[in-house]
Amino acid sequence: MSDAIIGGQDRIAKRFAKLREEGRAGLVTFITAGDPDPEASFEILKALPEAGADVIELGMPFTDPMADGPAIQEASIRALAAGMHMRKTLSLVRGFRDQDHETPIILMGYYNPIYIYGVAVFLEDARNAGVDGLIVVDLPPEEDAELCVPTVEKGLSFIRLTTPTSDDKRLPKLVQNTSGFVYYVSVAGVTGAGSATNDQIVEAMARLRRHTDLPIAVGFGIKNATQAAEVARQADAAVVGSAIVSKIAESLDENGKATDKTASMVTGLVRELADGVRNARN
Amino acid sequence: MTSAPTALNSYRALPDPDGHFGNFGGRFVAETLMPLILELEQAYKDAKKDPAFQKELDYYLKHYVGRANPLYFAERLTEHLGGAKIYFKREDLNHTGAHKINNCIGQILLAKRMGKTRIIAETGAGQHGVATATVCARFGLPCTVYMGSKDIERQSPNVFRMRLLGAEVKPVKSGSCSLKDAMNEALRDWVTNVEDTFYIIGTAAGPHPYPELVRDFQCVIGNEAKEQILEQEGRLPDQIIAAVGGGSNAIGLFHPFLDDKDIEVVGVEAAGHGIHTGKHAASLSAGKPGVLHGNRTYLLMDDDGQIKEADSISAGLDYPGIGPEHSWLKDIGRARYEPIGDKEALEAFKLCSELEGIIPALECSHAIAQVMKEAPKMGKDKIILMCLSGRGDKDIFTVAEALGVEL
Repeated sequence: MSDAIIGGQDRIAKRFAKLREEGRAGLVTFITAGDPDPEASFEILKALPEAGADVIELGMPFTDPMADGPAIQEASIRALAAGMHMRKTLSLVRGFRDQDHETPIILMGYYNPIYIYGVAVFLEDARNAGVDGLIVVDLPPEEDAELCVPTVEKGLSFIRLTTPTSDDKRLPKLVQNTSGFVYYVSVAGVTGAGSATNDQIVEAMARLRRHTDLPIAVGFGIKNATQAAEVARQADAAVVGSAIVSKIAESLDENGKATDKTASMVTGLVRELADGVRNARN
Repeated sequence: MTSAPTALNSYRALPDPDGHFGNFGGRFVAETLMPLILELEQAYKDAKKDPAFQKELDYYLKHYVGRANPLYFAERLTEHLGGAKIYFKREDLNHTGAHKINNCIGQILLAKRMGKTRIIAETGAGQHGVATATVCARFGLPCTVYMGSKDIERQSPNVFRMRLLGAEVKPVKSGSCSLKDAMNEALRDWVTNVEDTFYIIGTAAGPHPYPELVRDFQCVIGNEAKEQILEQEGRLPDQIIAAVGGGSNAIGLFHPFLDDKDIEVVGVEAAGHGIHTGKHAASLSAGKPGVLHGNRTYLLMDDDGQIKEADSISAGLDYPGIGPEHSWLKDIGRARYEPIGDKEALEAFKLCSELEGIIPALECSHAIAQVMKEAPKMGKDKIILMCLSGRGDKDIFTVAEALGVEL
């Protein structure tokens, strides 16, 4: 079996096993595929592991990202304006896999572009491209038959979002059918908004641990190395999205085009975040 | 006609417990919202069984909304078109001037029952925003209305009305700056304020149980109309017609008649500049099934599943989707959906004003335009019942501009 089609669950499990061995939490970084344009996006993507990303979430652009705050909304708009679409997102992953066989890639987004692509074809193409898992914001367990079950059958992970509104009654339903890791959205809100307090995260982690042995990644509202380190002391991984995407926005010229600083500004921030995460438990 | 696919042999038995109308509907929302939606579903089930809730609803519909409103025989329009007798269900005569308040009264009573203390809503034309702001004022709850910045511009009288009623109107500048984007922003607010906030969705769309509960609250239109036409004509109509944006007035009129299988059911979509131009809002005629705003339904989108902007002279129809029950009714063939463009709607707007002394909203002007096509083809012994869903005062600036008149 070639590396490119190693079952996605393996790559994620191996990565979290390695993190456990190293006695540290991981850094999960989010960028939107094709932001600010397909070429620059590929440069950023390729540079992420070396800068310290342990897992990569790659946003699938969508016109109506109703769970995202302004930063990630604008990233989607930039990507779509630059001609991004699902087939290009998958070729971005394929290009990445040609040189990196170990860093898990999770595609994240909304259901409609996948539904329109066709679930079976999408899963086939995603797996062949080297995708390891999916996070689909608008597919709660009530709609598992749509995509979650076929994804897991295909050997990819379907990573579930759990939230402050996920109580002990709801959590068993949420961790069922899920694999890879569990993503804890630490605040009720859109991406990039406020952040949770340490106490809230400790409490939520305890609640989640009662229901699952999967690694737990915590995200939403983590903007800098200090916050990332705080989360890394409690969780198996810290997820950073809006702050990275905002760095891309900041690096653009007056016409919204990528500059020679774009990739380096992003990797600069990722390095800081990785330092924070890696030194959190020292 | 396709046979009804349900065990009860009824077109009125859906949605199923998971909120599906055939392949349509469902609950496609962020996990943060799921507990809220399940709580709402339970609260609505309980309310439906509680005679006190129905009594309270009836009280406000009568004394505050002003129901029952008339079923009016449009005599001069009938003569002018020379065919079927035309009746208007006069939702324009409700308090706030449109059908939207039927649903808002129902939902705010539910919100109160659930102990919610803050209301949010999205609005396109502003009619649902005004109706929501109105019930919030009446029941003393703070209200935030999201409205596309493009719609704020073309519906300024309604924006002022909402503000007079004490609502905060938040302009939405993302995406196409119209109704779909206002709905995105309302969902973002809801996901952020999960503890205290009730989202009054304005149309029979969104995640289950909204399509069902909005429909149920709007069914007062069809139930009254049915009683009234029996009283006035001694029989049911041959055809019922309503405009569809999200489709709440239409489903409210249609639903009580769906099992009367001889009645032809016609929904009218906004064809904007014409379907061939791509600038329209006709998701049933020119879209395909997809998933947006919590439900699977017909949507306007490109080959990549990206949602397209809708276009219509009527802000209330300017939405790239449609309620899931309409998608189902179309697919099983129980209803047909026809496109009417901006120009035809304007002609109908003028004709209705001149012949009947009723200035109709641009939304239901689309339905009138369809009546103008259907009635002449039908015999004088036939009856068309159309939902005149709102009054057109809010649209006079838009119409003046379209006619090149300076006010």
